[in-house]
Amino acid sequence: MTLFFFLLIAIVTVISAILVIVLRNPIHSALSLVLTFFSIAGLYILLNAQFIAAIQVIVYAGAIMVLFLFVIMLLNLEKEKRVSEKHPLQKAFGVSIALFLLGGIGSIVATGVLYGNMGTETAAKVSAVGNTKAIAGLLFTDWVLPFEITSILLIAAIVGAIVLTKKEL
Amino acid sequence: MLEVVITIGIMLVKMVIVLSVVMLMVAYVTLMERRVLGRMQVRHGPNRVGWQGLLQPIADGTKLFFKEELTVDKANKGLYHLAPVIYMGCALAIYAVIPFGNEIEVLGRVIPLHIADINIGILYVFALSSLGVYGLVLAGWSSNNKYSMLGGLRAAAQMISYELPLGLSIIGVLMLTGSLSMVDIVNAQEHVWFVFLQPFGFLLYLICAFAEVGRTPFDLVECDNEIVAGYQTEYSSMKFAIFYLGEYMHIIAVSAIAVTLFWGGWRGPFLPPVVWFIGKVLAFVFFFIWVRATYPRFRYDQLMRFGWKVLLPLTLLNIVVTALVTLII
Repeated sequence: MTLFFFLLIAIVTVISAILVIVLRNPIHSALSLVLTFFSIAGLYILLNAQFIAAIQVIVYAGAIMVLFLFVIMLLNLEKEKRVSEKHPLQKAFGVSIALFLLGGIGSIVATGVLYGNMGTETAAKVSAVGNTKAIAGLLFTDWVLPFEITSILLIAAIVGAIVLTKKEL
Repeated sequence: MLEVVITIGIMLVKMVIVLSVVMLMVAYVTLMERRVLGRMQVRHGPNRVGWQGLLQPIADGTKLFFKEELTVDKANKGLYHLAPVIYMGCALAIYAVIPFGNEIEVLGRVIPLHIADINIGILYVFALSSLGVYGLVLAGWSSNNKYSMLGGLRAAAQMISYELPLGLSIIGVLMLTGSLSMVDIVNAQEHVWFVFLQPFGFLLYLICAFAEVGRTPFDLVECDNEIVAGYQTEYSSMKFAIFYLGEYMHIIAVSAIAVTLFWGGWRGPFLPPVVWFIGKVLAFVFFFIWVRATYPRFRYDQLMRFGWKVLLPLTLLNIVVTALVTLII
């Protein structure tokens, strides 16, 4: 049952992710990205990580993508025009970089996920305490330093955005 | 095997009942709105179709159903048809996690009166309400009309700005409960309703809820004197009706969430729980109509300034104070 749903959601995720780069209309691309984020949330639910799934939908599919759409609509982007002038080596470079990335991700998956050490937080263990409590416990004890560093990074980004957009402070 | 069939059967029956009750409530809330607005403006309102106008919603529905279906020539057809579905679907799915009564016993079987009790109930509601915006934004964009477009853009900016304080305003309740499940939140209010412990949080929630469903004084999304009817300008017949129904479903949904989080859910003396729940929700709907008849509309820059510079700091302050108080006690 879980395998069936995993395959279903995984297929939707991959297809919608491909549509993001294949579709020519920027609005349609953005909507495919929403679908991708949404189906990734579905994968989180299959892993018993309901809290992460809800946050994924609220933050990515809800807030960030609405802002993307907002900007695309404001700029009123036309359908992307195919670039006619192509450098002869462009395709070769693109394919080689893509293959390089694929190899990198593949080796990480092969060595780290399939044969590496398993994490201690299994899905069964998390669902016993409740996903939200498990995350909060880890986030505010073992991982509190990265958590705080992330918040400093976000504040720096906010300050940067304000400095860039305000003409006079 | 039989057990599985019975469980699925009970689920389906509950879904059908909730769906029909919500649809019925939406139909009669439209009548209630028109009658109450009429009384408040010292006129009668629609009272001709049936006794006291009780058949008016059916007449309206029939009219909208038989009206000509128009599609704008240069519209982006797929999204144009999809937008109302997204808007209403998101509103409807919220009702899945709202507990509308205590457990009842039917033929020796205990049936809890909610469709689903998921452990992130309230986050599920916020996720759906943040997805509902797509209905408005896409309707505005795909109609290929500048007024629709402006309405859609306004909707996007307004929802993003008010979602944040809306989410933060209920953190106080979550701190008192220690759970995100709607059923647990109602159970935690057995002795005292959270509105008495979190009066400030409730007020902030209410203001943000008005903005989130786009009602007066925050109805800039469909501000008729500036942008015709906003995102729904180019919609007619049943597609328009679906937007209209979706709006009322949103109103009833945010009322039901307010009741669940702050007013004790289905709890109340003497009367059966379901009656208490529906009564409280209708009281909130009445409040929505009352505000509509009383207040003028915000200006758009005022709306944005109010959301970011007043509501957001106040909700954060509410969280800090609640945290300090719970720490001391």
